[in-house]
Amino acid sequence: MDLQQKNKLLYARAGFGISLEDYQNPMPIEQAVEKLYPKSLPGPLEMVTDQEWADHSPRAMKEIADDSVRKAKKKEFREITNDLNTLWEMAMVSSYYPLLEKTALFWHGHFATHIDNPYYDQKLLHIFRKNALGNFGDMLRDVSKSPAMLQYLNNRQNRKQHPNENFAREVMELFTLGRGHYTEDDIKEAARAFTGWNFTDEGEFIFKAKQHDDGEKKFLGMTGNFNGDDILNILLEQKQTSVFITQKLYRFFVSDEQVNEKHVNELAKHFYKSNYDIGNLLRNIFTSDWFYSVKTVGAKIKSPIELLVGYQRLLPMQFNKDKTILNLQRILGQHLFNPPNVAGWPGGKNWIDSSSLVIRMRLPEAFFGSKELNLAAKDNDKEMRVAMQISKEKDKFKTGEKQFRVGKVSVNWDEYLSNWKKYKTLELPKTLAGYLLPVTLPDDKLNDVVSYADTTNADTFIKSLTILLMELPEYQLA
Amino acid sequence: MISRRKFIQLGSIASASLMIPSFLKGFEFRPPLISGSRKKVLIVIQLSGGNDGLNTIIPVRNDIYYKSRPQIGIKRDDALSLNDDTGLNPKLKGIKQLYDDGKVAIINAVGYPQPNRSHFRSMDIWQSGSTARDVVTSGWIGRYLDNAPDGSNGHNSLAIEVDDSLSLALKGEEKSAIAVRDINQFHNAAANSYFKKIASHNDEHETRLAGYLYKTLRETTSAADYIFDQSKIYNTSQSYPTTPIGKRMKTIGSLIISNTETQVYYVSHGSFDTHVDQKNRQDKLFENIDEALTALIADLKQNNRFEDVLIMTFSEFGRRVAQNASNGTDHGTAGSMFFIGGSLKKPGLYNNLPSLEDLDEGDLKYDIDFKQVYATVLDNWLEADSKLILDRKYQQLGFI
Repeated sequence: MDLQQKNKLLYARAGFGISLEDYQNPMPIEQAVEKLYPKSLPGPLEMVTDQEWADHSPRAMKEIADDSVRKAKKKEFREITNDLNTLWEMAMVSSYYPLLEKTALFWHGHFATHIDNPYYDQKLLHIFRKNALGNFGDMLRDVSKSPAMLQYLNNRQNRKQHPNENFAREVMELFTLGRGHYTEDDIKEAARAFTGWNFTDEGEFIFKAKQHDDGEKKFLGMTGNFNGDDILNILLEQKQTSVFITQKLYRFFVSDEQVNEKHVNELAKHFYKSNYDIGNLLRNIFTSDWFYSVKTVGAKIKSPIELLVGYQRLLPMQFNKDKTILNLQRILGQHLFNPPNVAGWPGGKNWIDSSSLVIRMRLPEAFFGSKELNLAAKDNDKEMRVAMQISKEKDKFKTGEKQFRVGKVSVNWDEYLSNWKKYKTLELPKTLAGYLLPVTLPDDKLNDVVSYADTTNADTFIKSLTILLMELPEYQLA
Repeated sequence: MISRRKFIQLGSIASASLMIPSFLKGFEFRPPLISGSRKKVLIVIQLSGGNDGLNTIIPVRNDIYYKSRPQIGIKRDDALSLNDDTGLNPKLKGIKQLYDDGKVAIINAVGYPQPNRSHFRSMDIWQSGSTARDVVTSGWIGRYLDNAPDGSNGHNSLAIEVDDSLSLALKGEEKSAIAVRDINQFHNAAANSYFKKIASHNDEHETRLAGYLYKTLRETTSAADYIFDQSKIYNTSQSYPTTPIGKRMKTIGSLIISNTETQVYYVSHGSFDTHVDQKNRQDKLFENIDEALTALIADLKQNNRFEDVLIMTFSEFGRRVAQNASNGTDHGTAGSMFFIGGSLKKPGLYNNLPSLEDLDEGDLKYDIDFKQVYATVLDNWLEADSKLILDRKYQQLGFI
C-alpha cells in the first residue's frame, strides 16, 4: 500500500474521509496520526444555557401550576435536543480533529441513553468528548454519575428496600465485561452497592445515604461493604474489561466482521497497562503495520452519520432546513441522542437493508444532482411528537404521516471542480474513483459508470462522475 | 385480470428458466408469477403510540370502569355489543359486522412480565419478540425470514413493510424484509437502469462486505421489478379510502390478489398516544382503519382470498385504567389484539377482559404473553418453527 492509500485509509477510519488537500499531500503515517490528536481538551458544545436550564429544570417545572403551560414548556425544551444534534453534526463536519468527534460518537453508542432532556444530553456529550481520547476509567465514572445514565437505567429507583438492577446489569453486560463474565448474583450485589446514587433537580449527582445499602456484598469473588465507586473500580481491575472495550473499538475502527484475536489481545494488554488510555490504544492501532493491509480496506460499512458527515466534508453544503439532516438520520437509522436501545446501534451489516441501501444510493443525486427524493420519516419518536403537537390544536387532526423533502441543498462545487479540472479527461475516471472509493474498481465496472456520465463539458463530466461514483455500493464502505 | 404484457413475459421465460445459472436467477429472470399455490398471508397492523385497550374492548357493566373514566368512558348504549358485558368501540362498525359473521377473534390482556412503559423500549420488546430483560437486535418476522426458504427474489419479497423504512420487527439476523410505501416510486428509485447495470457486475467483489452490498442490491432491484409487475396484474374495482392507511391496504390487497409470493405484510397506524383529548383522536384513527379494513376484506372476499388471510393488530402497550386530567390516558400495560380472517378456528372473545380491581400499580395485569400469540401465528398460520424464532417453546392458543 502506498502512502496515499495509507493516508486515505487512516482518514476514512479515524475521521470521516480524507480531504483533497490531505489526499494530494500524503504525510508519513506517524505524522498524520499525530495531527489527529488535539493539543488541549475540547470545550463543551452548548445549546442549553444555564438560564434556560434554570427555567426548565424539574424544580422550575414544579412551580408552574397550569398543566398545559407546563406541557408546552416541556415540549419546547425537549426540542432543543434537535439543535444539540445539529450542532454536534456540524462539529463533526468542520472539526480539525475528526478523530475526537468520531470517538465521541463511538462512546455515544457504547453508553447509549435516550432521555429526551437536552441538558442531560449536553452534559453527557461533554463527558464523551472530554474523555473520548482520554481515560476510560474516568469516563466510566463520569457517565455512571451523569443524570442521563442515572435516569435512563433507573438508578433513581434503586433503593435499599427496593433494589433496581437495571444499571448494575448493563454496566457489566454492555459497558465493561460483556456477557458471560459475571453471575446473576453479581448483578444483585452490585445493584445493592449502587443504591442511593441519584441526582438533584438541578441535574447534579447526589449520594442519598439514607437509600444506600451499606451492608456487606459479595462481588466477583470479593467481599466488602462496597459502594458504587468500589464496584466500578473492581470492574476496571478486571482484565476482561480491557479486552471487551478493545474488541468493540477494533470493530468500530478496523473491521465490522473479522476480528483478529491476536491483535486485539496485544492491544488490550497495552490498554490495561496504560491504565485505560484510549488515545494511546487508538494510536497503537493507527500506527501498526497490520492496520494498513488489504484486509482492512473496505472492511467497514459507513454508519449513517459517517456517510452524512462525509458528504459534507467532501463538498461544502448548506441545507435550507435544519430538520433535513435530522430526518435523514432517522431515515437512515442513526438518530443522534436517540439510539434504538441500551445496546446502542448494532452497526455493520445492520445498517443495510433493501430500503436503506436504495436510499443511500439515491442520496448523492438528491444532494448534488437535480432529482428530488421524497420520503416519509417514520420514527416512533417523531410520530409521537407530531401527534402530541397536533393534539393541542383541536379540530386539526391529521393522522397521515408528515412528509418532508430534502428540498434545496446548496452545494459549493468551485474548489472541487477547479481541482479536478487540472486532470485530463481520460485520467479523470480512475483518479476520481481512486479518491472517492476505498477499493479499486475493475475497469469494466468503471467503464459502465463512465458511460452514464454527462459529457456536455468538463464541469458536468466531473460533477456527474462524482455523483455516479458516490452512488456505488463501494462508496458505502470505508 | 392478468395483463397481456404479463402473459407474454410468462410465456417467454417459462422454458428458459431451467437453463439459467443459479446466480442469475432472480435477477433478470423471474419464475412464473401466477401459479396455483395460494399462500397463506399474514398482515400485521401496528397501532403505534399505545392504543387504549379499555376504550377499544369496553367492559360495559363495570362500575370501576365508569368511575375511573367519568369523561372518556364509553357508554353502554354507545358501544357495539359483543356480548352481555362487553362492547366494541362504536367507530369499529365494519369489524363488528365481521365479528358477528365469525371472522374476528379478540385476545384480551396481552402483555409481558415486568412491563416497560416507555414507547421505545416497549415497542422494541414487541417488535423483537423478546422478554423485557433481554435486548435483542433482530425482529420476530425477520427471524421468520432467516428460517424460511428464499423466494424468487431471494428473501426480499417474502415480507413487505408498506412504508419508506424498515422496522426492527422485519430485520432478521441474516435476512430482512423490504420496505415499499409507493410501489411506482420505489420501482423508479431501485430499478433504474444505472443501478441495474451496476448490479449486473456479479464477479468476485473486492471485499466480503462489497459482495453483501451487491447481493442486496441485486435482490432489491429484482424485487422492485417483481412487486411493480405484480401490482399491475390486478386492478381493483373496490373503492378504498384515500387515507394513508387506506392506500396501504389497497397496495396490500392488490398484491395478495395477484398471488404475490409475499407472506407477511406490515403496516403502522397512529399515533395512539392519547394523553390529551383521547376521544377525538382515537375515534378518527379507528374510523380510518375500520374503513380501510372493510374495503380490503370486501376486495379479498370478492376474489375468494379471505380464507388465506389473517390480519392481526398490536400496540406497544395499553393505557392506564383511570383517565388523566386532560381527558386522556397515560402509558399503561396490557392490551387487546384483534385477529381477523376467513378461517379462524375460534372466533369471538378468546378470554375475559382483565380485572379492573386486581391491578399492578394502577395498571392492568397481563393474562397472555404476546410471545404465546406470536408462537401460535408462526406455527399454525405461517407453518414455521416458533421455537427457532422465539428461542423457546410457548404454549399455543388455539384460535387459528
